[in-house]
Amino acid sequence: MTTNFATSPTRASALFDRLQQNRYLGLIGLAVAALAPFITATNYALSVMTSALLFVMLAVGLNIVVGYCGLLDLGYAAFFAIGAYVSGVLATRYGWPLLATVPVVIVAAVVAGIVIGGPTLRLRSDYLAIVTLGFGEIIRITANNLTITGGPSGIYGIPGITLLGIDLSGPVGLYYTCVVVVALAVLGAARLGRSRLGRAWRFIREDEDAAEAMGINTYRVKLAAYIGGAIWGGLAGILFGAQLSAISPPSFTFLWSALILMAVVLGGMGSTPGVVLGAIFISVLPELLREAADYRYFVFGILLIVVMIFRRQGLWPARAVERQSRRDLREAEKHDAGKAKEVVP
Amino acid sequence: MSTGGTAPLLRVQDLHLDFGGVKAVDGLSFQVNEGDLLSLVGPNGAGKTSAFNCITGFYKPTGGSITLHGADITGLRPSAIAARGTSRTFQNLRLFGELTVLDNVRAGTHLRLRQNALDALLHTPRFRRSEREATDEANRWLDFVGLRGDRGGLARNLPYGEQRRVEIARALARRPTVLLLDEPAAGLNYGEKTELLDLLHRISGLGTAIVLIEHDMDLVMQVSRRIVVLNFGREIADGTPEEVRRNPDVIEAYLGKDDEEEATSEEMMSRE
Ligand SMILES: Nc1ncnc2c1ncn2[C@@H]1O[C@H](COP(=O)(O)OP(=O)(O)OP(=O)(O)O)[C@@H](O)[C@H]1O
Ligand SMILES: [Mg+2]
Repeated sequence: MTTNFATSPTRASALFDRLQQNRYLGLIGLAVAALAPFITATNYALSVMTSALLFVMLAVGLNIVVGYCGLLDLGYAAFFAIGAYVSGVLATRYGWPLLATVPVVIVAAVVAGIVIGGPTLRLRSDYLAIVTLGFGEIIRITANNLTITGGPSGIYGIPGITLLGIDLSGPVGLYYTCVVVVALAVLGAARLGRSRLGRAWRFIREDEDAAEAMGINTYRVKLAAYIGGAIWGGLAGILFGAQLSAISPPSFTFLWSALILMAVVLGGMGSTPGVVLGAIFISVLPELLREAADYRYFVFGILLIVVMIFRRQGLWPARAVERQSRRDLREAEKHDAGKAKEVVP
Repeated sequence: MSTGGTAPLLRVQDLHLDFGGVKAVDGLSFQVNEGDLLSLVGPNGAGKTSAFNCITGFYKPTGGSITLHGADITGLRPSAIAARGTSRTFQNLRLFGELTVLDNVRAGTHLRLRQNALDALLHTPRFRRSEREATDEANRWLDFVGLRGDRGGLARNLPYGEQRRVEIARALARRPTVLLLDEPAAGLNYGEKTELLDLLHRISGLGTAIVLIEHDMDLVMQVSRRIVVLNFGREIADGTPEEVRRNPDVIEAYLGKDDEEEATSEEMMSRE
C-alpha cells in the first residue's frame, strides 16, 4: 500500500501534488463546464453533459457520507428520489414553481436523513450497508404504490426552472443552471470537508474510538454527514425532475446507488477533484461506448476493473499532505528561538 | 491517603467490570487529587486498561461509581466524559494514521472551536479565525511534546516514538484536567524514555493531573507522587513510591509466596 505510485515521491507526483493544491483548480473546472457547449451543443450532447453534472452533484454528496465519514451507503438514490418526487408532486399537483419547492425538499431530505440515519448509525458499518440498501428499495417501492406519486407510471409534465421571469427550461438554460448549482454544491462540500465538522468526519473514518476520546460525539457527527448527503441528493433530485420532466420508480433503482458509489470509489474517496472526475467518467463513458452497443456495459465494467487494479486509491486520490503555511513556519521558528516553555496555553 | 480537605478530582469507588466469567476489575477504589501524578501498576491482565476504559466511558462498569469534579460520570458516553475534562491515550497507539500530524492534534481542539457549518460554507471571518487558532494551538502542543518530524505529513509515516508524542500532544490539546496515559513508555528506547520523563514533569507543571499506567518501574518510581498497585482487578496497595516498594503484598503479587526474601518488588517489576 505504501508503494502506491500516487504517494511515492517521484517528480510526476510532486507535480500532481502541486496541481492538487492549486486554488484555481475549481475555477478551471468551472471554465471547462461553461465552455463545453461551445464545442458541441446538440440536444444530445447537452443532455449528456447535464446528466454528467447531476452525477457530479450526487457523487460529491455521497462523498460526504462515504468518503469523508467512511460510512457505507448503498441506498443513496433514495434521497435523490425523495427530492425528485417532493418537488415533482408539488410542481405538478399544486402548481408550485420548482424553485419554491427547494426549501420543502431540503426539509424532506433532512427528515429522511434523520429517519434512516437515526436508528442505524448506532450500528456497525456492515449493518448500515444492508439497512441503507433496504431503505433505497423501500422508497422506490413506496413511490410505486402510492397514488400521489403516480404509481408505476410516475409523474410527468414537471415544469422547467424559471428565475425572475427568465425561462431556463430549454436545454441550454438548464445546462447552465446546473453548472451554477453543481459548482456551488462542489464548492460547498469541499469547504465542509475542510472545516471542523469535516475533520471530525475524517477522525471517525480513521478511528471512531479515538474520535470519541477527543470529545467528539460520533453519533451526532455521523448523523450530520448523513443529513448533508441527503440534502445534496435531494437538491440534485429537483434538477433531475426538471431535466427529464417525467420521473417514475424505475429511475431510482439500486443501479443508481451503485453507480454513484462507484463514481466516488473510482475517483478517490474523500477527494473532491477525484470524485468529480469519477462522476464524469461514470456518466459519460457509457455514452462514448455507444458504438459497442450491447457490449457497452461489459466494456465499461472491464475498464472499471482495470482502473481499480492500477489505481487502487482512485483516479485522483485525496490529498495526503498539508503544506505548512509560511505563517506557521514563522511561528514555529519564533518558538524555537524562545525555547517554548511558557507559551503553552 | 487524602491530602487536605478538597474533594478529589476523580474518584473511583468499588468499580466492577465482568467479562462473562472474567472479573477484569473487581472492587477497585482509588482517587486522584488536583495536580496528582498517580501511577497504576500491576502484572499483565491485572485490569489496568479495563479500569481506564471504564473511567473514560469505553466500557460500562458492571458495578461501582466514578465521579469527576464531584459529578457522577458512570456510564456516560466517552465523548461526554472527555468533554468534562478527561483525555487519554491508548495502549496500542490509536492515531488517525491517514491524516496529517497537525490534523491529529487539531482533534483535541474540536470542542473549543467556535464555528458551524454555515461559517464553513461561507468562509466567514469567524471560520478563518477559529481555523487559525486550531493550527496555532496544534503547533504549540507539538512544540511542547518536542516533535521533530514533519507536521504536514501523514501521522503513520512518523517513527514509532514520534507517533507516541503526537498521541500525547493530541490528548493535551483537549486541555484535560485529568490526563490518562496507558503505557506511554512501551516500545520507547532509553533516550526517548528520558524525554518522556521530562515531558511528564512538564505536563504536571501545567497543573494537569496525570494517571499513568506503566510497566517500566524505573520510570514509575521516579515520576509518581503516588502509586496504586492492582492485582486481579483489586487494589493491593496505594501509597508513595517508597511505601509501595516495601509493601509485602506488592512483593507477593509480583513474586509469589515462595521467594520473597531477597528481591524487592521494584527489581522484580522492572524485569517485565
Ligand atoms: N474486551 C474484553 N473482553 C473480554 N475480556 C477482556 C476484555 N478486555 C480485557 N479483558 C480481560 O480483562 C482482564 C484485564 O485486562 P486488562 O487489559 O485491563 O489488563 P491490563 O492490566 O491492562 O494488562 P496489560 O498490562 O497486559 O495491558 C484480562 O484478563 C483480559 O483478558
Ligand atoms: Mg493494559
